[in-house]
Amino acid sequence: MPEVRELYQELIVEHSKKPRNFGKLDGADHEATGYNPLCGDKVTVYVKMDGNIVREIRWEGSGCAISTASASLMTERSKGKSQADSEALFHVFHTLVTGGTLEEADAAQLGKLAAFSGVKEFPIRVKCATLAWHTLRAALEGAKTVTTD
Amino acid sequence: MTPTGTTTTVRPTKPQEPQEPQEPNLPSFDVRRIREDFPVLKQQVYGKPLVYLDNAATAQKPRVVLEALRKFYEVECANVHRGIHWMSEEATRDYEESRESVRRFLGAAESREIIFVRGTTEAINLVAHSYGRKHVRAGDEILISAMEHHSNIVPWQILCEETGARLRVAPINDAGELLLDEFEKLLTPRTRLVAVCHVSNALGTVNPIARIIEMAHSRQVPVLVDAAQAAPHLPVNVQELDCDFYAFSGHKLFGPTGIGVLYGKAELLEEMPPYQGGGDMIRTVTFEKTTFNSIPYKFEAGTPHIAGVIGLGAAVEYLGRIGLERAAAYESELLEYATPRVARIPGVRIIGTAREKAGVLSFALEGVHPHDVGTILDREGIAVRAGHHCAMPVMERFGVPATTRASFAFYNTLQEVDALVAGMEKVREVFA
Repeated sequence: MPEVRELYQELIVEHSKKPRNFGKLDGADHEATGYNPLCGDKVTVYVKMDGNIVREIRWEGSGCAISTASASLMTERSKGKSQADSEALFHVFHTLVTGGTLEEADAAQLGKLAAFSGVKEFPIRVKCATLAWHTLRAALEGAKTVTTD
Repeated sequence: MTPTGTTTTVRPTKPQEPQEPQEPNLPSFDVRRIREDFPVLKQQVYGKPLVYLDNAATAQKPRVVLEALRKFYEVECANVHRGIHWMSEEATRDYEESRESVRRFLGAAESREIIFVRGTTEAINLVAHSYGRKHVRAGDEILISAMEHHSNIVPWQILCEETGARLRVAPINDAGELLLDEFEKLLTPRTRLVAVCHVSNALGTVNPIARIIEMAHSRQVPVLVDAAQAAPHLPVNVQELDCDFYAFSGHKLFGPTGIGVLYGKAELLEEMPPYQGGGDMIRTVTFEKTTFNSIPYKFEAGTPHIAGVIGLGAAVEYLGRIGLERAAAYESELLEYATPRVARIPGVRIIGTAREKAGVLSFALEGVHPHDVGTILDREGIAVRAGHHCAMPVMERFGVPATTRASFAFYNTLQEVDALVAGMEKVREVFA
C-alpha cells in the first residue's frame, strides 16, 4: 500500500485523531462554515483578528482524516500570520495537493504541510485537503459560508 | 437455466411463477459461470482483481445487455412508433417486446401499465406531479417512512409545498425496521398516498410491503413502492402484491443507465393527467385543443431512450433465465457469510440489523471516517460506497455522518467477502 501510506502519513493520522485548536472560539470576530457537499464534510473556522494579524484561530466540524488533519494543521500555521501570508501559503498548499510544480523557496515554506504531498495521487481527495483553507479565506473575506463546488 | 446465451430473443423456459417454488439447490448456482457473463468483472484495478461491492449504486451489465445495445445502434437505429421503414419497424418491435418482457418480469396484467422513464427518481416524480396534483389538496397527507432515499422524500416535499399538504414520516427502530403500529396510526382520513421503499438502500431492510399495502388499502389509500433496491434482488408479482405504483431503475437491475420503469394500475394511470407534453403522447394537436394518447404513451413524451429500453428488456430476460429466486437465495448466503465477519472486526458497528435484509451491509468503523475506509479499500481493488447514500435522515437517525456500504449481487463470491474483511484489516493498520 505505498500510495495509501503516502496519503495517510503519520502526521496526518495523528492530527486526524487529535485535532489541534478544536472547538468554538468565543468572541471571534470572523467566522465561516465550509461544506463539501459531495461527502458531507463540514468545517467552521473562528478567527480573532488583531489588526491584520490572526491572533487566535479555532475550528470545529466533522469530516474524513484528510479534512480533519488539514483543518488542524491549517489553524496551527495561520496563527500570528497576516491575511496576505495565509493567502500565499494556501496558494503553495494548493499547488502541492494538486500536483503542480513548486519553486524551491515555496516548498521550503510548507514545513509540516508537506505531509499532504500524497494527496496529489488521489484527485478526489483534493477537496478534503483544501476545505479548511477555503473556509479560512471566506472567514477573512467576511463571507459566511463556502462550498468546495 | 444457465445464463450464458448471447442472443436477446430467447425466452425464459420457466417464467418465475410463485406457484412453482424452486427447491433451494445452491450448489447448482454456478457463480463462476455467471461471472463469465459480465466482462467488466475480469478487470484489474491498481493491479488487483476488481472486487465490486457497490451494486446498490449501480450493477454491472451482462454481455447480453451490451450486445442488445450494440445491435440497436449497429442494425436498427431508428425512431420508434413512426415506422414507415424497416429499421423503425424493427426498433419499434424490440422496444415494445421489452415492454412485454418487463410486464412478465413484474407479473403485471397488461403491458400498457409499464411506463418507461429515466429511473426510479423520474418515476416517483411522475406520480408526485401527475397523481399528486390531481388528488392532493391543502391539509391532505402523504405518508412515507424514515428510511427513504432522498428521491422518495424530496418529490413529496415539493408537492406538499405546492399544495399545502403535509408530509408524515413513519418511524423506524434501532435495527432499522419500520414500526408498523406507528405506521398504521399515521394512516388517517387525510392520507392520500403512501410511498415507501421495498428495500432500504442505506440499511438493507426489507419492508413488509404486502402488510403495508394491506393496511393502506383497508383505508382506500393507494401505495407507491420504491423498488429501486428490491427489483434486482426480490422476485415480485405486482398483481399479488396489489401495489398501485411500483418504480425501479434499469441500471441497478443489470441494465443500462438512464432507463427505468413506472408500473401503475391501468385505472389509475388512465385518469392521471400527462406528466410532460410533447411528441408521441398526443393523438391530435391543434392550437386550440390537444387530445392525449392512451397509456402508456400518454406518459412517454418525446423520443424515448430506445436503446435503454431494449437493453433493459435484455436484462430482465437474462434475470428470468438466471431465476431471481435462486439469485436471491445465493445473495442471502453472501450476506449471512459477510455479516458476522465484518461485525467481528474491532470497532465496527453494523448500521441496519433488521431481521429481513437484502443485499446491503452498511457499517461504521470507530474513529475512521467512511471516506478514508473507501479510499484504502479502493487501492485494494475493492469498490464500496462511502457517504450518506442519499439518505441523510437515516444517517441522522443512527447518529453517524456517513457509513461504508458493501452491497452484493449474485455475481459476488465468498472470496470477495474475504477480500473486504482483509481490506478492513489494512484500514485498521493505517489508523492504528
